[in-house]
Amino acid sequence: MFRNQYDTDVTVWSPEGRLLQVEYAMESVKQGSACLGLRSSTHSVLGALKRSVSEHASHQKKLLEIDDHMGIGIAGLTADARTIAKWMRNECLNHKYVYGTPMPSGRLLTDLADKHQRTTQTYVRRPYGVGLLVASYDKNGPHLYQTCPSGNLYEYYASAIGARSQSGRTYLEKHYETLNDASRDDLIMHALRALTGCVSGDVELTKDNGSIAVVGKDEKFTLIEGDELQPYLDRLELEGGTGGGDDDDDDDDDEEGGEEETKEEGGVEAMET
Amino acid sequence: MSFSLARGGSTTRANVYAGTSAPSAPGTQRTTRPIVTGTSVIGIKYAGGVMLAADTLASYGGMAKYKNAQRLVSVNPKTLIGGGGEYSDFQSLTDLLRANALQDSCTADSLYAEEDGAEECAREVWNYIRAVMYNRRNKMNPLWNDIVVAGFAQDKDGSTGEPFLGLVDKIGTAYGDDMIATGFGSYLALPILREKYRADLEEGEARALLEDCMRVLFYRDCRASNRIQIAKVTKEDGVLISEPYELDTSWDSASFVVPKGELEGDGGW
Repeated sequence: MFRNQYDTDVTVWSPEGRLLQVEYAMESVKQGSACLGLRSSTHSVLGALKRSVSEHASHQKKLLEIDDHMGIGIAGLTADARTIAKWMRNECLNHKYVYGTPMPSGRLLTDLADKHQRTTQTYVRRPYGVGLLVASYDKNGPHLYQTCPSGNLYEYYASAIGARSQSGRTYLEKHYETLNDASRDDLIMHALRALTGCVSGDVELTKDNGSIAVVGKDEKFTLIEGDELQPYLDRLELEGGTGGGDDDDDDDDDEEGGEEETKEEGGVEAMET
Repeated sequence: MSFSLARGGSTTRANVYAGTSAPSAPGTQRTTRPIVTGTSVIGIKYAGGVMLAADTLASYGGMAKYKNAQRLVSVNPKTLIGGGGEYSDFQSLTDLLRANALQDSCTADSLYAEEDGAEECAREVWNYIRAVMYNRRNKMNPLWNDIVVAGFAQDKDGSTGEPFLGLVDKIGTAYGDDMIATGFGSYLALPILREKYRADLEEGEARALLEDCMRVLFYRDCRASNRIQIAKVTKEDGVLISEPYELDTSWDSASFVVPKGELEGDGGW
């Protein structure tokens, strides 16, 4: 109701006690293409749907390596995500130089959450317009964290962010109890199945627009893309479905989100993936 | 170490370069020689963990000025360091390490993280000291110390791993071994430690061995005293530092009584 008067600056509260600029930033995350993560007791897996601006363009990278034991998946403003990735990489490298051991992920993530929060309380800055899913493996086992522009930090067993991510979340909620004991390959298959729910319209999940990353006990952060992803997609095909108009079982699919998506596609595609 | 909000969240502690002034600017100074010094620190791994020994003397040149100086100090419940060389630099380093340990235990209590074993293991402390010492050396303003770090290295899954014993010197050289000695100890004690070392040394044996070496050092190092402390780190109990006590010494040996030339044999040539 009062949105327009109180939404110009990040340091202005609305009468309902909301910071509207921060909420608008979180909206940006919802516009990015889907990114999800899940973990077992030994591995942590990220999956993402890569968007491409046109048929002739490459698909925008969504999964980024931070260190041997850590990587991120992004949804929202790619440029903001790259700045954050650069900072995280630097912190991990400094830690390794000074202490000789990999950076504990909990510590880095709390610093990252504080970094996000700072932007919500400084007049001359704006919140980061990107949500991250961080997959890591450290001495306490595998982890999956989610950050958002507000500075809130959550740790998850499984989560999905971005456009049409609700169907991904629904799938993961259905299966999360089996995740803990799942094998590495089972986790990847779960990720791909959850991802197929997030494709729009008649788009299919292919080796070009799909992307998986794994990190775990005795496995450094590894990207599985392109031809390497094909065997998993073939397995998915055998089970029956890589998307492509197959949205019947997705009860909670965000219909409104889908429509808005096509409308705004033209304006914001350059920035967000 | 200063905590600067303006740095945009980067970990100020990993930035070991903060807090030291430019050595070559006019009106500032740098360390050129040590003034109040501690002598050797020796250490050995044994079946239950790691043990260190050092005397409690801080010398003022040739004067035995401070006879109750603590040269073995715990920096967190599981890590022990010993320092020879300039005593004030050792104190400064100890303060820094303890401040870090305090920060660790405070942040471990945060809203988000449930970090068991948030404290740095001995290997991480050793690496950190290496980074600090090397950085100071590059500014031509060293912390004039030989530091011995004792404790356990942490396994990849966080459990307490192997016993760890390492050394860092004033120029940032860092190495680890089953037995360590600094200063005069590296000449007099290390050969004894190397000969007598076994991986399954019991606590009593390790202690007797270290006492033996400290006795030799008292006889032959003119900056050493016979008032010593022993400290150990074990998995179950963490760091334990003994009260200072005096070693029995015997000056009856012929080589102390009779001039070298009048001894049997070659008189030590």
